[in-house]
Amino acid sequence: MKLTDISGDINEWFDGSGPLADIVISSRIRLARNLAGYKFLSRCSVAEKSEILDKLKDILMSLELGDKISYLSVDKTPALDRHLMVERHLISRHHAFGKGPRGVVIAQREFFTAMINEEDHLRLQVLKGGLQLSQCAVQINRIDDMIEERIDYAFSPRYGYLTACPTNLGTGIRVSVMLHLPALKMTGQIEKFLNASRDMGLAVRGLFGEGTEAAGDFYQLSNQVSLGISEAEVVAQFENAIIPEIVEYENAARNQLLSKEPDVLDDKISRAMALLRNAHLISSQEALFLLSHLRLGINMHERMGASTPAIEKLCKISAGGADKPLNLSITTINRLFMLTQPAHLQLNCGKTLDAAHRDVLRAQIIRSALNG
Amino acid sequence: MQCQICQKKEATIHLTEITDGVRSEMHLCELCAQEEGIAVKSQLSINELLTGLLATQPSDDELFGDSEHELSCPHCSITLTQFTKEAVLGCPYDYEVFEKQLQPLIEKAHNSKTVHRGKVPSKTPKETKKQINLTALRQQLDAAVQSEDYELAAKLRDEINQLK
Repeated sequence: MKLTDISGDINEWFDGSGPLADIVISSRIRLARNLAGYKFLSRCSVAEKSEILDKLKDILMSLELGDKISYLSVDKTPALDRHLMVERHLISRHHAFGKGPRGVVIAQREFFTAMINEEDHLRLQVLKGGLQLSQCAVQINRIDDMIEERIDYAFSPRYGYLTACPTNLGTGIRVSVMLHLPALKMTGQIEKFLNASRDMGLAVRGLFGEGTEAAGDFYQLSNQVSLGISEAEVVAQFENAIIPEIVEYENAARNQLLSKEPDVLDDKISRAMALLRNAHLISSQEALFLLSHLRLGINMHERMGASTPAIEKLCKISAGGADKPLNLSITTINRLFMLTQPAHLQLNCGKTLDAAHRDVLRAQIIRSALNG
Repeated sequence: MQCQICQKKEATIHLTEITDGVRSEMHLCELCAQEEGIAVKSQLSINELLTGLLATQPSDDELFGDSEHELSCPHCSITLTQFTKEAVLGCPYDYEVFEKQLQPLIEKAHNSKTVHRGKVPSKTPKETKKQINLTALRQQLDAAVQSEDYELAAKLRDEINQLK
């Protein structure tokens, strides 16, 4: 697989379908595993790392996943390609910019990746659009079973699957749900959500952008505890309790905006639209921030039938002054989120660009998508 | 509003207490509230966990007289000091070698849990699987008794007896 094959479009999990996809962007489960009989990576020689890599690569590439799978040697991949994989959530930053022999196995439709020699020997990941944690759990468990038939994992009856860092011990599971919560932010309730999540022992991170800041009102919520609680219990907690509750709060905040502060809502949407349709320079941070408001407007129209003046206008935007409406959909906006990220911009135009030139190109792409 | 204790940070935790009909209010920042034992900090980063680990260990000098003899893993030769620096262990055996020392860190990271519950490799011998199940059930039973959920406790006890 060449990364340019996938860099021109959004991932399947970001296509806007899937249960509760207006608020829940995606569901992800990852499992951390290590091979029995080997040291953890920090104490492995280069030769040992290569041995682990070859062994796992062979097994993973022979898996029957119902999709074409490809392998990439991450340590031999150009930096821009590694950036792109991070932007598409295929590999972690740690894996992209780590050291030593390491690789990644990617399913063509991007629902599955396996990082070899990240922090642990093997990190499996299954990603799906909307709230689909149970489906992720079934699939990743099946893949894990297939691998386990051919190899022995480091496992102890007392501590479960043994991981390089004790924080992943036990099931080695990390459940992450990506959420879009613009209304909670606009109504000033996002702090409450963050505090409540932390009180429940969950980790909250930003989804897009650098570091942990939640750019564009996207948040990633994950479990921290992986020992003494089964995979099914963690998944059920998220799927039946935590996420539905947050979705309810976000929906309540959207209704509150509509009924009590329609002008605040319209102001944000109209300003976002005006800037995005006219700017000639736009940073990725600003783009995320503004696109988030458009995404909210379209979702409120599609899912709640909201029709404030700004939302009406947003949904009836015409191409180039013609009468034909553009039919802005969530997919259009999601595409802009994905394709205006730095590595996507550069790979898709076929050359490296500095930040200033990226801002020009980003603004151009957004203008043409929103003006027709 | 400023925190009443440090007078610096914004107060985000507001406590109202009524004792003998007298109402008193406290306004604290998150950090001071944690120190006062009012707010519980549940999200610990690995670095905070590791700092805690070193602080609870007797120093090398106290243990061995000199640091050259610090306990190291016979399989990967990592020492606890190295682990606290690197934040990752050296090999699966470290969990046995440093069992005592790692216990408080594992408890903190996993909400006081110390025994695995969940998936077991399919190749694990039946008897081992049974033991894993029993340990997990006993742990749940303890928790049920402690929270006075006797209905659940009775159910768990039946399950344990069936397995034995």
